[in-house]
Amino acid sequence: MITVDKLTKQFGPFTAVDDLSFTVNPGEVLGFLGPNGAGKSTTMKMITGFLAPSSGQVTVYGHNTLDDSLKAREIMGYLPEGAPSYGDMTPLKFLRFIAEVRGFRGKELTRRVQTVVDALQLTSVLNQTIDTLSKGFKRRVGLAQAIIHDPKVLVLDEPTDGLDPNQKHEVRKLIQNLSKDKIVIISTHILEEVTAVCTRAMIIAGGKLLVDDTPQALEARSRFHGAIRLTLTHAGGALEQLQALDGVKSVESSGNGLSLIIFPETGASLFLPINDLLQKNNWEVHEFHVEKGKLDDVFRAITSGGDINE
Amino acid sequence: MSNFTVVLKRELASYFATPLAYVFIVIFLMLTGVFTFFLGGFFENGQADLWAFFNFHPWLYLFLVPALSMRLWSEERKSGTIELLMTLPISLRDMVVGKFLAAWLFTGIALLLTFPLWMTVNYLGDPDNGAIMAGYLGSWMMSGAFLSIGSCISAATKNQVIAFILTAVVCFLFVMSGFNLVQEWFTGWALDWVVDAIAALSFLTHFNAIAKGVLDLRDVLYFIVIIIGWLVATGIVLDMKKAD
Repeated sequence: MITVDKLTKQFGPFTAVDDLSFTVNPGEVLGFLGPNGAGKSTTMKMITGFLAPSSGQVTVYGHNTLDDSLKAREIMGYLPEGAPSYGDMTPLKFLRFIAEVRGFRGKELTRRVQTVVDALQLTSVLNQTIDTLSKGFKRRVGLAQAIIHDPKVLVLDEPTDGLDPNQKHEVRKLIQNLSKDKIVIISTHILEEVTAVCTRAMIIAGGKLLVDDTPQALEARSRFHGAIRLTLTHAGGALEQLQALDGVKSVESSGNGLSLIIFPETGASLFLPINDLLQKNNWEVHEFHVEKGKLDDVFRAITSGGDINE
Repeated sequence: MSNFTVVLKRELASYFATPLAYVFIVIFLMLTGVFTFFLGGFFENGQADLWAFFNFHPWLYLFLVPALSMRLWSEERKSGTIELLMTLPISLRDMVVGKFLAAWLFTGIALLLTFPLWMTVNYLGDPDNGAIMAGYLGSWMMSGAFLSIGSCISAATKNQVIAFILTAVVCFLFVMSGFNLVQEWFTGWALDWVVDAIAALSFLTHFNAIAKGVLDLRDVLYFIVIIIGWLVATGIVLDMKKAD
């Protein structure tokens, strides 16, 4: 488990990370969310021991990342921001180097390298220098080196940045398969990623922890959570009847009044009553679905200090 | 095999993965040839020794070694691989020593490739091969001292050009401090022990002693102390400002 205790990092007068405390348990996939410059990468750099905190401390399975740094580094895999790697090496040589540093030799080393090469589909570029690879391949090489020793703790700074949708899907699947008994910490700008892979989401802005919750609970904070999106072919009196329904807080319409978003009162479920209404009036329906909530809205509201219901 | 050999191996291989190694070696061999035969008057001296060869090494190293050392850490900083390297389970000492040794071995290889000169002088006459051995050792020790200075300066900046220029300047000071010109400038007004200390600090003083075939343990020790000192400084610089 990882314990982050009153972690603070100052760069001159600027406070990048401000009194951050939390713990992460095995099996958790923690997603760091936050605007650029929120302190996500700085926090990750301190967790991996690259940066020394100004105050506070991080312990990884009991190893302090400052005093017991080597032990902590042994059980961690880290993909730094931008996935840096040695450009004049080939992925094969690079991965063999990392595996060797991680203490593997001989057959075991070859097996480890082969495993990650397969997992990240690097076979086609194994003997090309990393400099000549596409952004997506570079990122996958970076991921491969991070998981080569099957680490207990995986810290990934924007792991899917620069990948195409298919590759993103593959990487997410990889992370999900990894994470049964591991600690995974990822940072991302892509909010759908949080819902896709994380069991826990933390929103950080200005170096402070603003929200620590499950992605589902975060979605539920959205004013769109539970709202019904409805598109009709004829508008005839629908707006008024919908507004009069029990549990409806408000109705917004657009597109000549044919596209409607019906917001529920807190806790109310509108699916059945609206469905009944549709059948009773025999309205022709183009679109009818329940919104889960927009993480984007929640994110924007929280990080800009505004109200979610605005 | 400890991690420092893993770092060393990777680093040394990286020289040969790019044209760097070949360019360096070819230029080094060409220049040693030019210096020895044209400027050094190898034939005109009429002596079966390699003094004409070794005499120019400090000046050759002055701009060739910074070109080698500038990338040691600057490149890691620039490309961000320093973050990768420093979060791998390798101790700082292993990294600093591994990288330095790779560069030092590389200059050793370049130096060994001048063996045709040694064969020539043996063909032409009957040189004191012990003195030549000492000359090679002295030259290699001196290149190590240059490299350790370069390592430290390279660790302080992500700009390779700055690393190159600063290293060349600092190395120049270390070479020049043994020159008569500098010595005379201090003599007369500075205390004797200051003048002696400045002379004693010079690469030239110690290198010349070894290159003449006088293998004094103190001269060798001098270079070892310089190397260790600058490598420790490299470690301190890296630890202090690795993330900048």
